[in-house]
Amino acid sequence: MKSATKPGPRWGRWIFGAALIGLMLFTLFPFYWAIVASLTSDAALFRDPSLWPEHLIFDHYRALFTERDFITPIRNSLVVAGTTTLFCLVVGTLAAYALARIEFRGKAPIMAFILAVTMFPQISIVSPLYLLLRSLHLIDTYPGLIMPYMTFAMPLTVWVLTGSIRQIPKDLEEAAHVDGATRRQSFTRILLPLAVPSLATTGILTFIYCWNEFLFALSFTLGPERQTVPVAIALFRGQYQVPWGEILAAAVVATAPVAAMVLVFQRRIVQGLTAGAVKG
Amino acid sequence: MAQISLEHVDKTYPNGYVAARDLSLDVADGELLVLVGPSGSGKSTVLRLMAGLERVTDGMIRIGERDVTDLPPQQRDIAMVFQNYALYPHMTVRENLGFGLSIRKQPPTVINERVNTIAASLGLDKLLDRKPAQLSGGQRQRVALGRAIVREPLAFLFDEPLSNLDAQLRVETRVELSRLHRKLGATMVYVTHDQSEALTLGDRIAVLKEGVLQQIATPMELYQRPANKFVAGFIGSPAMNFIEGVIQRAEGSAGRMGMCTFKGIDLTLDVPCDGESRGRVFLGVRPQHIEVSGDGESRPKAEVGVVEPMGNEQIVYVTLSGGDRLVALASPQELIKPGDIVSIRVRPEGVHIFEGQSGIRIEPSPRPIDS
Amino acid sequence: MRKTSRLGSEARLGWSLVAPALSVIALIAIFPLGWTFWESLHLHELRMPWLGKPFIGLANYAEIVKDPRFWGALGHTAFFTVVSISLELLIGLFLALAMNRVFRGRGFVRAAVLVPWAIPTVVAALLWRFIFESQGGIANALLVRAGILDQPMVWFIETATAWVPVILADVWKTTPFVALLLLAGLQNIDLTLYEAAAVDGANAWWQLRHITLPLLKPAILVTLIFRTLDGFRVFDLIYVLTGGGPGTSTEPVALYTFNALLQNLRFGYGSALSVVIFAITFGLALFYVRGLGVRLGGEES
Repeated sequence: MKSATKPGPRWGRWIFGAALIGLMLFTLFPFYWAIVASLTSDAALFRDPSLWPEHLIFDHYRALFTERDFITPIRNSLVVAGTTTLFCLVVGTLAAYALARIEFRGKAPIMAFILAVTMFPQISIVSPLYLLLRSLHLIDTYPGLIMPYMTFAMPLTVWVLTGSIRQIPKDLEEAAHVDGATRRQSFTRILLPLAVPSLATTGILTFIYCWNEFLFALSFTLGPERQTVPVAIALFRGQYQVPWGEILAAAVVATAPVAAMVLVFQRRIVQGLTAGAVKG
Repeated sequence: MAQISLEHVDKTYPNGYVAARDLSLDVADGELLVLVGPSGSGKSTVLRLMAGLERVTDGMIRIGERDVTDLPPQQRDIAMVFQNYALYPHMTVRENLGFGLSIRKQPPTVINERVNTIAASLGLDKLLDRKPAQLSGGQRQRVALGRAIVREPLAFLFDEPLSNLDAQLRVETRVELSRLHRKLGATMVYVTHDQSEALTLGDRIAVLKEGVLQQIATPMELYQRPANKFVAGFIGSPAMNFIEGVIQRAEGSAGRMGMCTFKGIDLTLDVPCDGESRGRVFLGVRPQHIEVSGDGESRPKAEVGVVEPMGNEQIVYVTLSGGDRLVALASPQELIKPGDIVSIRVRPEGVHIFEGQSGIRIEPSPRPIDS
Repeated sequence: MRKTSRLGSEARLGWSLVAPALSVIALIAIFPLGWTFWESLHLHELRMPWLGKPFIGLANYAEIVKDPRFWGALGHTAFFTVVSISLELLIGLFLALAMNRVFRGRGFVRAAVLVPWAIPTVVAALLWRFIFESQGGIANALLVRAGILDQPMVWFIETATAWVPVILADVWKTTPFVALLLLAGLQNIDLTLYEAAAVDGANAWWQLRHITLPLLKPAILVTLIFRTLDGFRVFDLIYVLTGGGPGTSTEPVALYTFNALLQNLRFGYGSALSVVIFAITFGLALFYVRGLGVRLGGEES
């Protein structure tokens, strides 16, 4: 990519640089501070905090996995987010293929409908989903979370995948047809292999959305047995006071995998997000 | 090998765009037919109709003895070379070449053998394990060709296959294609917007405009007897000049049947014609049939605008006093400069006459013996 | 008529591939929406099962109209949405323009900026809650050290100051997303336009006003629509940061609805609130699409 704007006058570049550095500090400071605090004893947390801590302790992390059972929420989140993502990818790929490649009437309304559902306020279906899950005895179960998660994960998957499949040149499949491939063969042998990176990106996006979800997880679980990571962290309670050290240690643990994924797949995630949102 | 025929084919897109209108044409067995036309003429659509990538709105398509109108591409047994080659990026050259055969469940030994033979004949044998991204433009072009040849299809379709190559490679590949056509003796349909490519490659050329077939003929006939003003202007470079005027039976030419007088703003000329007096017509004359001489004495006179030296000739752009602009070819020995006043002579034997309204060619009557 | 049957088989294939995804969405998103509406026409208090579930027509809606806590929540939501989106658009535009340039460390900036977007909102809210927590927290410490505050303050006890961490946290978390959408728009602008303008002697400011902003307008509108709808369903952030407090002075509509449903178990009333939120969101989306002519992607040419 080339630069859109040429470097301006010297003072302009100074202001630009200073503002950018300020923004970066603003962006990174909370992470820095959370890591520092998660390594500081509770007693020292609010007593004249220093930006450069002297003693680092790992007690909070140890407590997270011994005194508290933080493994369970992690496992719950993995199961729920993983299952939802896989299911959405399988079903969503078929739909995205049809929407990107097959001409049929009703396509435009379907796209509009899917987009509309992605924007729809989750709170407006909490009450019936609660009553529905309760009557099916699915409150506080994995299916009782996976099903509601489909409401946002499925439209998201279909939308992003349709956008990225459209960017794969159509003439490759046409060439395959002329070479004698049936529709199914051109799908499995040409399109699918080429769509693997898009599938991976979409999967990561969907997974992140599920991993971060809070409202449904809070509404449809009852106790620590089935709580996901965000709910568990938000409801951390100590005996006498808020256990900030442990909360922040948990926050670091919950954030690290997502942050790592984002850093590794940064470029692809951005493409996936914007391909669906803004027409390129 | 097989012939291809289109019978009264119509293709209208849902948005109302008409890509083919009552199109009938036959591609003979073993012939190389070039479909040529400006962009939007429907030429690529016609090719895609033949391939089965688009469906006709009406009419019939036959390949060999078979009615393929309703068959999908994979059942038509044709091969196509795409404009940007459409090589499968995730497969090696070997897999690309063998794809059509492996889809047809040929045994691996057969596939291997055929792929090796074709690769050797196209000079691709050292590249077989590369991916398309690692190939140069010319190499990709050859892989695309090889992928078509390897299957021994009934016919080959080419969609502007040379347009992504640089000028030199384009000429080389054109010659290569010509040779290939003769060697295989295969039926080929070739789409291009480049009329010089069409003239050099085609056994016959079909000229399309806005989905309507204008003329289908050999390159020579197309060049010498264009069926209408559009074809006349499209084929040949630099393009034919057109001068608007009227045609009257030549008054003083007693006994000279088939001669008329053409009167334009600047130009009066005896031309062969069908002997009828007509209203508005266009006189068409190719630049090489216009002589420019530097004396500026005889009529009509013209002012030189631009001179483009081409080495073996020069292209001269002149404006007649009435405002008509003409393009002429002059030999490089002529000393012509912009701003010069020159004399123009149109050679009557190089003249074409087109009806003013329809643009249809008016054929001169057979020339009388006593001229 | 054979051609229509061919086209018919295409359509059948298309619909049959879309059907599973569509029916999942319909079953778990659209059907419940209808159910919410049906629920909202009833008196349904899970705390008081002996009342049964009588049909009461629009009585719940009538209650909403007279419910000051609802109007308060709506006001808080609107306030939050307008303030945070304005800040996000401004900072996001700056970031997008910055990331569109070439400078050392651009890759790092892009990655760094994406992390707040990717982490759970709950975690983001907790980080900012911790920063502003207690008089001994780091925000107080830094502000006092910098001389901006005379003495440490308790941020979450007053309405006005409680909004500060809420807005800051949202700006912190969402600006990257805004910047990315705008950046995608920026990258669609033909660079030769700037070169032409520069050759014509236009300065950077003129280029921004007459090239960048007009051509970026579609991307800005799309961002605006996404963010407005997000703003109106804000829940996690405020639930964790202030819990709607002090009192209910920062409570947004989604949180009020959640409380009505799952704290007070008033399912009829809560459902009516849900319907109202849905209607408002829907109206806003319609306003953007129809009124402002936002064109959302997804349609080929």
